[in-house]
Parts: sequence; C-alpha cells; structure tokens
Amino acid sequence: MAEMVTLSIDGREINTPAGTTILEAAKDANIYIPNLCSNEELTPYGSCRLCMVEIAQGKRARLVASCIYEVADGLEVKTNAERVLNVRKLVIELLLARNNKHPALRKIADELGVEETRFPVEQKGCILCGQCVRTCREVVGVSAIGFSGRGITRKVATPFLDFPPDCIACGSCVYVCPVQFIPMKEEKDVRTIINFDYPMQKCTKCGRYFAPIKQLEYFSKTTGLPLEHFETCVDCR
Amino acid sequence: MKKVKTPEELKSLQEEIQNSRDPEKPCITICAGTGCLTYGTQKLIDNFNVEIEKQNLKGKIEIRASGCHGFCERGPLVVINPQNIFYQRVGFDDAEEIIKETVLNGKIIDRLLYIDPLTKEKIFHEDEIPFYKRQMRLVFGMNGNIDPNSLEDYLAVGGFNALIKVLNGMEPEAIIEEIKTANVRGRGGGGFSMGQKWEATRNAPGLPKYIICNADEGDPGAYMDRSLLEGNPYLILEGMLIGAYAIGSNMGYIYVRNEYPLAVKNIMIAVEKARELGILGKNILGSGFDFDVVINRGGGAFVCGEETALISSIEGRSGEPRAKYVYPAERGLYDKPTNINNVETWANVPLIINKGAEWYRSIGTENSKGTKIFALVGKINNTGLVEVPMGITLREIVYDIGGGIPKDRKFKAVQVGGPSGGCIPESHLDLPVDFDALSEVGSMMGSGGMIVMDDCTCMVDVALYFLKFLEEESCGKCTPCREGVHQMRLILERITEGNGKEEDLNTIEWMGKAIIDGSLCALGGTAPNPVLTTFRYFKDEYEAHIREKRCPAGICKALITYTVDPETCNGCMVCARICPTEAATGEKKELHTIDQEKCIKCGACFESCKFDAVKVS
Repeated sequence: MAEMVTLSIDGREINTPAGTTILEAAKDANIYIPNLCSNEELTPYGSCRLCMVEIAQGKRARLVASCIYEVADGLEVKTNAERVLNVRKLVIELLLARNNKHPALRKIADELGVEETRFPVEQKGCILCGQCVRTCREVVGVSAIGFSGRGITRKVATPFLDFPPDCIACGSCVYVCPVQFIPMKEEKDVRTIINFDYPMQKCTKCGRYFAPIKQLEYFSKTTGLPLEHFETCVDCR
Repeated sequence: MKKVKTPEELKSLQEEIQNSRDPEKPCITICAGTGCLTYGTQKLIDNFNVEIEKQNLKGKIEIRASGCHGFCERGPLVVINPQNIFYQRVGFDDAEEIIKETVLNGKIIDRLLYIDPLTKEKIFHEDEIPFYKRQMRLVFGMNGNIDPNSLEDYLAVGGFNALIKVLNGMEPEAIIEEIKTANVRGRGGGGFSMGQKWEATRNAPGLPKYIICNADEGDPGAYMDRSLLEGNPYLILEGMLIGAYAIGSNMGYIYVRNEYPLAVKNIMIAVEKARELGILGKNILGSGFDFDVVINRGGGAFVCGEETALISSIEGRSGEPRAKYVYPAERGLYDKPTNINNVETWANVPLIINKGAEWYRSIGTENSKGTKIFALVGKINNTGLVEVPMGITLREIVYDIGGGIPKDRKFKAVQVGGPSGGCIPESHLDLPVDFDALSEVGSMMGSGGMIVMDDCTCMVDVALYFLKFLEEESCGKCTPCREGVHQMRLILERITEGNGKEEDLNTIEWMGKAIIDGSLCALGGTAPNPVLTTFRYFKDEYEAHIREKRCPAGICKALITYTVDPETCNGCMVCARICPTEAATGEKKELHTIDQEKCIKCGACFESCKFDAVKVS
C-alpha cells in the first residue's frame, strides 16, 4: 500500500496516496479542474496551464500546474482563487484566438464566463497541447511526429514535413486530439492521415480491409509473431 | 608539461614558474577579448610579433594576448608592464613606435593616452582610469594578466591555489559550509544560494552526480560570462573542480553556445592542458578524486539558459523547460542529482576558498555578497564590462564608471537584468544594486545586463523591442508564454503605430500579471517585466501614444513628422543630398522643405542637419 497523505482542496479534506497529482486527487474527489493537455495515459506535461491552482504550504502561496504537482501532507489547494481564474481566463482567451469554434474550448470558456476572446482570431485549429506527440512517443512507441519551430511558430509536424517514415498509421494521434484537429479518413484500401496515404491490409479470409499494413508490420515486429498471423482480421482469426 | 601527482608537486611547479618570471621584464599586454578582436586587434598582435622578430627582441620583451579587460569602448587596448602604462584606440601600425619609444626608451606616446573627459587630463596608468578605479575587479581583473591559453600564466598569478588548499585535506562538508557562510548567490539570474544548492545535490540520493557550468548567456548586450570563459578558462575549471569535489561529482558539463567560438576554443584548450597536467582525470593530485568535463556546444536558443531546458538539450532533446517542482539537485541530468551554476558563479569559488568566507561576506550588502560583473551598454560613454561590489548605486555605475551619457543627454532609464529585466527610471538612480533592491523596483539582477537609455528613447518602443526578442525565443511549450507574449507584442505594435485603444492599458496590465503567474518557466514568468516596468514608470508615454497619437520621444515612425524650421535652416542642402526618397528638397541657401507624402521617416535628415533645423513632432 502506498503511503497516504492528507491535503485540503477548496476546504475539503482529502486522503490520497502519495505520488498522486493534485489534478488526479481532485478528480477522485469530484472536484473539477479544467485541463486540456493532461491525459492519464501520458506523462504529465504541464503545457496548457488551464489546470493551475493556488497552493499554500505554511505562509507562502503560489500557483502550480495541478497536473504535475504531487500531493503532500498539509497542502492547502485553492482551485478557484482569483489569480488562478485570471490565468485560466487568459489561457482560454489565448486558445480561442487559435480556435474559437471547437465546443471543448467553448465549454471551458463558458465555465469561466468568457464570451469571446479579446485577441485577434487566427484560426489555426491546433492548440498545441502535445497529446498527439506524447501519445505517439509514449503509448505507440514510434515518435513519428514531433514539434517543429518554436514560440508562436511551433507546430505539430512530421520530420522535415515529409512523409513520416516511422508512422504506423494507427491513428492514435487522431483519437487523442481534444479538438479533433488531425484529419483521418478511410476509403476502401487506403487510410489517409493529414495528407499521407497508407495502404490497408485485406483480410485473407473475409476480404475486408481492416488495418494499415504498416501497423500490422509493427505488431509483428514487437510481438515476434509472423506477419501472416496479422493478415487475418480479428473476427476471422 | 609533466603530470603532477600531489598538491605539493603542483605547488612547487607554481613556485618554479613564478620564480622564473622576472617582474621587471617588459611585457606588452594586448587585449584580445572578442570586443577588441572585432576592432581587428589580431593584426596589431601580429605586428607586435613581427616587430619583436625584426628588432631581435625575442625573449627580452614579452607579448601577451590576454582576455577582455572590460573597457571595450576604448579598444584596441594595450597595457605595458611593469609600468602599467595604458594605451587606448591603438592603431595596427602603432606596434613599432610603442616598442621603440615606450618599451625601449621609456617615452610615453601622448596620442594613445586616455583623456579623462571630465578633467581633460591625460591618464598614464591603467589603474588610475576612472572607469577602472571605481570598480572592484576581484573575479574579472585577472583577465588582463594572463594569456587564456597559457596554463603557466594562470599558475603564475596564483592559479589553482584554492584547489591545492582543498585537496590538502579540506573535507567536502567544510567546503560547502564555507560557500554557505560566504552566502554567495547564483549570478545567472535566479540568485539562489550556491551553498544550499551544493548541499542539496551532495545529500540527494542517486549516483552519479553531475555538475554543469551554464555558459549559455544569451541576453542581448550581456557578455560577462563569455569574457570570463574566453579570458580565464582555468578559473572556471578550478571553480568546477572544487564544486565537484565538494558535491561528490566525477563528471561536469560546460554548456557553451556555439556563437561564442573563442570561448569554445579557449575552454577546449584549457581542458586538454588540464588533463595533461593531471588536474582533470583520474586520481587528481593523488587525492583519489576523479573528475573530467565535457564541452557541450549549444545551438543558441535563449531558453536553453533555463536550467531544465539546458538539461534537456544536453540529453539530446529539444531545449524545453520542465516544471521545477522537483529541483535538478534531486533529479536533473539523466534524472540524477545535478548542480548547475553559471560561469561567473563558478568563477567566484576559488576566490572564496582562497580568501575565506568571512572576507567575502565583508563585501556587498546584507543579502547580496561579493561583486557582480555588469555589461554596461547602450547610451553610455564607457561601454564595457564592469565589476562592482554589490550595493553600489546605479548612479555610480552610470556616471562615475560609465562616464555618463554621450552628448550630455539626459538619463531616462536603465534596463537591468536582460530582456526580461525591468526599466528603472531616474528616480531610482540612487538605488543600491543588489538582488533584493532590484526586485523591489520591478527589475532583477538577471545575468547583469545594463542597457542605459537617454531621453531620445521611447519606452513603448523599448518594451516592444524586448518583447519581440522574447516572443522569438519562447520555446512554445506553454500557452501563456507562447500565445500571451505574442498577443502582447501585437498590442504594443498597434500602440506604436498609432492604433492603440483605451482598453489596451488595462489589458496589458492584466495579461502581464497572468502571464507571470501562469507560465511554466522563468522565461515566460519574467517576459512581461519590460512592459510592466515601463508601464509603471512611464505610463504617460503609453497614454500619449494611445490618446494623443503622439510619441513623446519622437521615435515611433507612424506618429512623427519631420519638418524644417524656417528660422534655423540656412539652405546647406545636406538633408536634400542624404534623403533617400527625395522628400527633402530646396535650392542652395534657401529654405528646404520635406514632402510628407514622400517621407519614409528614416530620420537621415534629422541626424545629418548640423544646425538642428530639422524638427521632429
């Protein structure tokens, strides 16, 4: 059993195992903290800054990203302090300036009482939370995509903006994106992600196109099973 | 050089070198810091060597190309010892005359002397020049006495005495205690206690432990770390050796930006020679202590000066900071306990060990001990590097050392602490310069950049300049810094273009605070400072831009017009000749005019008019 710690979030006393982040502890206690870049399957990253909370240990109060900061005994957390709300309002206004349409962002804006961003809107769609990049690296294990550029020119990109040689076309980046920015479509024997085409495997038994060939090759490589094993769809296997 | 195997052997080598040197032997020291080298000083050094060769003086006169002396404004600099004669603005062809007249005949060459602009007196000796006299050059002063590529030179000035002392039986804990007692704070920006950091790294579980020298100085106008690493690399190595021994580390990294080619070259030579001598490597001086360093060249991203981004970069990943809820002292490079200090901080270590913590504590203010090197640049007569005791006032730095503002213009502000420092106005000129006093007025020590501005400076334009720099250098990981600084820049740009709105005033202040509170690292966490401090001290300028569409300093192009004053213009035609768009026209000896349609507001007419007849409004 992990060691337990006691902290307070918005005045509520909470017992939680050591090593938990404030965000996880709050979620377990049904206390809502908005967030966009956090995902329990991924290493905390702390980039969107929506989940900022105010903490006090002793006299000093400061703001931390609750998705990274780990709980500690006696920690007092305020999820709605004025400074916290100001940061969240700024962050959501800044993100709306990149994408003022997506319901996920609109919902958070509504909760914060933000009707519209005061900044000029330049529709970029992607909010650079990095979930796709981290999923590709940490969950899929291939690092087919990454960030290019820095500052305001930062983008999620394939190496040299070319066809990504390591991509297995699994589509995890597409599923994980909180604003559904990465386009994917399937037409019969081809899956297209962004504008890259990946041929699909035809099931040797039922003839249905069921998975990208590159993904099956990757399965074969990582499991050590022969590729033929994966050339039949799950239903027919 | 033969390997030395004990502290005693190193000591006797040092004494041997010192005894072999004749203090009366003439020595011509030429400053070969990057500042002087850009004047073309290498040619001067070559000419001196040719002359020595020609006159058969080899072995009789020593020529030393040293590191930066600091008085970059007056370069190329030459100091002739043992008399300590100081020549400035030396021409490449002056070598022959200096050797013949000054070195061989003891005659002073008048035209090369420095003239005190206040008293108009000629000054003969380096140490009498006001620029140097008011400084306390404990760390930086050695630069002038050594050739950075000569380990013998470093030994001759007492180099490695602190290492000898430490390896002669000082316990690691005692060293840390000494550093803690000295209360030296990091010179790289954070101002954190070096001793506490060392102790935390020593006590943190996990092996190996690493130490890092942060030489990724990237502030516009700051070059003190560069000049130290270029001019005295062995001092940095000695500091690191002592730190490594105290912390229990066997591996150090020097992260130096590749834009500093001379620093890279000199530290590489120093490391190689230190290995040959046996003060880097296995079983250093027979102590059983192993230590070596790796030189890691940085690609030049400003954010890599942030320690967690720097660590990422060494690990081969892109230079992005991570949240520092767990300090590098516990989990740093490759997740191992890591101590990072910047160049100047490491350079203070041998000094403290040699002279003792109590002595060190006697310099400075209550919570800021020792000296600090500042890069004094901008609208200042004596541009250069100055090392001063903590607690000296800004006024002393700007006027006594810096020699005041060119053309006797009025002081307006000084930006202290780099791009994310703050602009300090005239009302705070008597502020004692230390970590806490600077923070109180909204600025910071940072790495020690000091950019002086005169009354021709528009403070909105200055804030915009720094913000642009930070916008470009933001890594882009967190939203407030990436998007917030960008949007703030757009607002400021609008204001300088005359399209500012009344509500911008509130927006700037509100978002500035939220960016500071919300950013992941210190880059974003301080990025709004130049805006917030200019806003705090020069709000009237923002208001003039927004409400009256007027730039009081006459800088913001969209808000100014150049006109010719009919009373003063004598029709000399200079403005008409220099104007690139033929906007300024007029006949000889007749009033000239500027066609506002054609004028691109480059200011060439304004700059060139000898009679101040071109007016800005």
